[in-house]
Amino acid sequence: MGLVLDKVRRDVGAQTHVHETTLRLPPGTMTVLLGATLAGKTSLMRLMAGLDRPTSGRILVVEGGRERDVTGLAVRERSVAMVYQQFINYPNLNVFENIASPLRVKGLPKAEIESKVRAMARLMQLDPFLERMPLNLSGGQQQRTAMARALIKGADLVLLDEPLANLDYKLREELREELPKIVRMSNATVVYATTEPQEALLLGDHTATLWQGRVTQHGPSAAVYRRPQDLITARIFSDPPLNILAVTKRGAEILLPGGASAPATGAFTGLADGDYQVGFRAHHLGLGAAGPGLRFDGTVIVAEIAGSESFVHVECAGSRWVALVPGVHELEPGATISVHVDLTTVFVFDPDGRLAHAPAFLSAA
Amino acid sequence: MDKPYDNRAWFLVLPVLAIVAFSAVIPLMTVVNYSVQDTFGNNQFFWNGTGWFKELLDPSSDLGGRVRDSLWRNLLFSAIILAIEVPLGIAVALAMPREGWKVAATLVLMAMPLLVPWNVVGTIWQVFARGDIGLLGYTVNRLGIDYNYVADPLAAWITIIVMDVWHWTSLVALLCYAGLKSIPDAYYQAARIDGASRWAVFRFIQLPKMRRVLIIAVLLRFMDSFMIYTEPFVVTGGGPGNSTTFLSIELVKLALGQFDLGKAAAMSIVYNLIILAVCWVFYTVMTNLDVERRRPPADA
Amino acid sequence: MARIELSDLAHSYRRGASAPGDFALKPMTLTWRQGGAYALLGPSGCGKTTLLNIISGLLVPSHGRVLFDGRDVAHLPTEERNIAQVFQFPVVYDTMTVYENLAFPLRNRGMEARAVDGRVREIATLLELTGELDRKARGLTADAKQKISLGRGLVRPDVAAILFDEPLTVIDPQLKWELRSKLKALHRALDVTMIYVTHDQTEALTFADTVVVMHDGRVVQTGRPDELFEKPAHTFVGYFIGSPGMNVIPASVAGNRVHVAGATIELPQSYDIPSGKRIEIGVRPEFATLARAGEGVPVTVERIDDLGRSRLARLRLQEHPVAAGVPDGLSDIGETAGLILQPDHIHVYADGERIEPVPASGSKGGRDGQAL
Repeated sequence: MGLVLDKVRRDVGAQTHVHETTLRLPPGTMTVLLGATLAGKTSLMRLMAGLDRPTSGRILVVEGGRERDVTGLAVRERSVAMVYQQFINYPNLNVFENIASPLRVKGLPKAEIESKVRAMARLMQLDPFLERMPLNLSGGQQQRTAMARALIKGADLVLLDEPLANLDYKLREELREELPKIVRMSNATVVYATTEPQEALLLGDHTATLWQGRVTQHGPSAAVYRRPQDLITARIFSDPPLNILAVTKRGAEILLPGGASAPATGAFTGLADGDYQVGFRAHHLGLGAAGPGLRFDGTVIVAEIAGSESFVHVECAGSRWVALVPGVHELEPGATISVHVDLTTVFVFDPDGRLAHAPAFLSAA
Repeated sequence: MDKPYDNRAWFLVLPVLAIVAFSAVIPLMTVVNYSVQDTFGNNQFFWNGTGWFKELLDPSSDLGGRVRDSLWRNLLFSAIILAIEVPLGIAVALAMPREGWKVAATLVLMAMPLLVPWNVVGTIWQVFARGDIGLLGYTVNRLGIDYNYVADPLAAWITIIVMDVWHWTSLVALLCYAGLKSIPDAYYQAARIDGASRWAVFRFIQLPKMRRVLIIAVLLRFMDSFMIYTEPFVVTGGGPGNSTTFLSIELVKLALGQFDLGKAAAMSIVYNLIILAVCWVFYTVMTNLDVERRRPPADA
Repeated sequence: MARIELSDLAHSYRRGASAPGDFALKPMTLTWRQGGAYALLGPSGCGKTTLLNIISGLLVPSHGRVLFDGRDVAHLPTEERNIAQVFQFPVVYDTMTVYENLAFPLRNRGMEARAVDGRVREIATLLELTGELDRKARGLTADAKQKISLGRGLVRPDVAAILFDEPLTVIDPQLKWELRSKLKALHRALDVTMIYVTHDQTEALTFADTVVVMHDGRVVQTGRPDELFEKPAHTFVGYFIGSPGMNVIPASVAGNRVHVAGATIELPQSYDIPSGKRIEIGVRPEFATLARAGEGVPVTVERIDDLGRSRLARLRLQEHPVAAGVPDGLSDIGETAGLILQPDHIHVYADGERIEPVPASGSKGGRDGQAL
């Protein structure tokens, strides 16, 4: 089943929680809604689930090539399952009964329930815990129980609202790996909300970036990551945060903050004269003066070591940047440091924030 | 937050609408109808316009005077009740145990008075406070204090107030207890680390977190105490003299005692409006204390 | 200001515990120097929160002593320990302004108004909260509230240590960066001992000078972030730190030769392999690269993840899942491929514990491993 949001909008009182949005989710795919807290991820999911009714617009279900309007149809009559950030299970039922509950509601025969629950439990690696009560399980096991219950329904639409947010880092890493496999087997259309760009890349066939109640871009995850249509999308989809530099192009030169200039090569070849904002990700900012592209002198704010890599926060050209560099770099705060950025790796945005240039990439990664 | 739509759901509401129509809407219309007419019985009605209302609101008339006096009694009664029950309820809630078997025991104990019907409460206290056979009245008199709620207005008031406090403080306490239970442990730990006194913990953590339930508690107790009828009617019958005659008792006297349906109808409308108005004021004031709600974060 | 020592510290929630399984915290002795930045890192249930509660005074340990600058504080209540704590969910006094929140711990201790004012403004400047001082704390965002919680600890001139209990849990990723670097800068500026409890390796490694990795009530390794990454003392540390964690592969090791799935890798140093133990090698995915079939160790490819700035191959080496980097030039990856492990980044583990190589004076012609 595919889902189409057709010019959907939702107002609550004087506030607009979701601005007019059109979104097409093909059947059997996983779409990640990526955005900060209060960007509208949950509001959008509630519309998809039918928990809220759109102020205007239609919600359509696509089945066998035919579209059916389900706007205003009760949740109960839609084929939807939802998993929340909090681990929600029936506390008085054991894991088996929790997973079995949607099937009991449907009134399936006992033997069928038994075999389906066991199969799902195996998939979720919950088989050793079937007799246990949810509250005696770890967070990860509880959340897997909740997910198993959502998936066993065989719902056509599965909505996952930051399901891994309350879990341990390592566990999150492991579930992130399992989840796409499980989803693929269930054959449902899955929507997954997260604040973390890394999850969008790992999980989603498609990503829709959200900002202040608007979908800023929707497409294959890698394409959105590598060709963000505007500055906002690029910022949402960057972790560490996107580094930004304001420049002016004049003829064969670009003018940098502080009066310096550089030849307009790389991303700037072929761009019209004018003001631009250059955005580049942390791993494209190199330390040291030796390197292609623009060079800056900056001050170290702090250096963080993360195992084999370091994050170096620098104050440069009037902005704060983060460099992600391999190796361990212990730098004293306040020290002067040279950094460089290769102009063939940067995004260029016009003054309105629209993408003017992105580095080329091969879509078949 | 609204719920999913299904127009068939309206059919389920129909019986309720019908019952409400019979039990509330039609009587209310009748009351409005009566309030603008006069009757001498025999189903003969005469148009009286706003006559009853004018008389009610004019303190120099006999009726107006009586209404004004009982209105003051009502307001005084509610004020005293709130002034005692709210702080006492908070104190009781603070003293209640947080975990273990004692929680269940306390909750049952606290809920006990709430389960007793109004008129039974009245009867219990009527007997309990009697000077001759009542345990309370007898004991107090034996202690050398002259206490007789049938003759002494002050004693009558004290009796009714103590009775109401006994009956309803549990409600306030239970609501506050629910509010207190919702405060995460981290708040208490942080306060200890910050070196906060017991009073500061109450003032800056417990009270703010209880505010929402306190709004509900104050509203409920105000409405309920302002409409008080059964208990004083059973215990004192509005006396001695008129000292415990509240608006509700006045209203019943008027309607059923004197059968002045027009006056009584007008009065019940005014009575109703007063309650609505006071509740609205309470609610607005208390929620306005809460205006600086969470605003969406600035652009990241 | 304080040096914190844990001396034979252990804790059991049961009375009269004796079996190791009864202990939520197994005996440990640690010294944390004044002004250090420490992280307690481990999964849920590893005992890190128990340890934090013992230091903050919420829990009295069943065994051992907690010393602040040599003084045993194990039985002192929280308020007498001069510690501050930042909790997982922001704790602010809703009805107070930001200023009043920051002034609260000082006023409670009877500090004079002018001194309070000076101190509050100083800390507000450090935390970049000066513009918000007159706002009610209730209306603020989660990250600002966490800054206030931190500020309430920092204002106290006497504070010995600040404890952080997963303080960035409710903060959006973008703001995490800001807050984390702020924290680190503050630590440098203020010379306060900071102890940071987390399950998130990135937070632990980036924040701390010294990371204490805990597992099952035990400290499994204490070290600098780069040490933990490069020389995990235990396979658990290898797995827990790094994303994805270290590849742990059963192998047989003889002298300086490793035999894995029919391939042989020559190591720069030799190992003396104890007998009767489970022998494994550990290599981080950062030091493992995918190659064409026929090169290195034969593997089957499960899938290739595109992480944006790099690609990661999920492989199977016989039964064992392995992750490795994919070189930029490599394309048309089939179902079978090769895996190249950098020999100088291969560690050898016996029953999970890392074995130090034999000093380079020459190979002893070690006995064969008993693995597989």
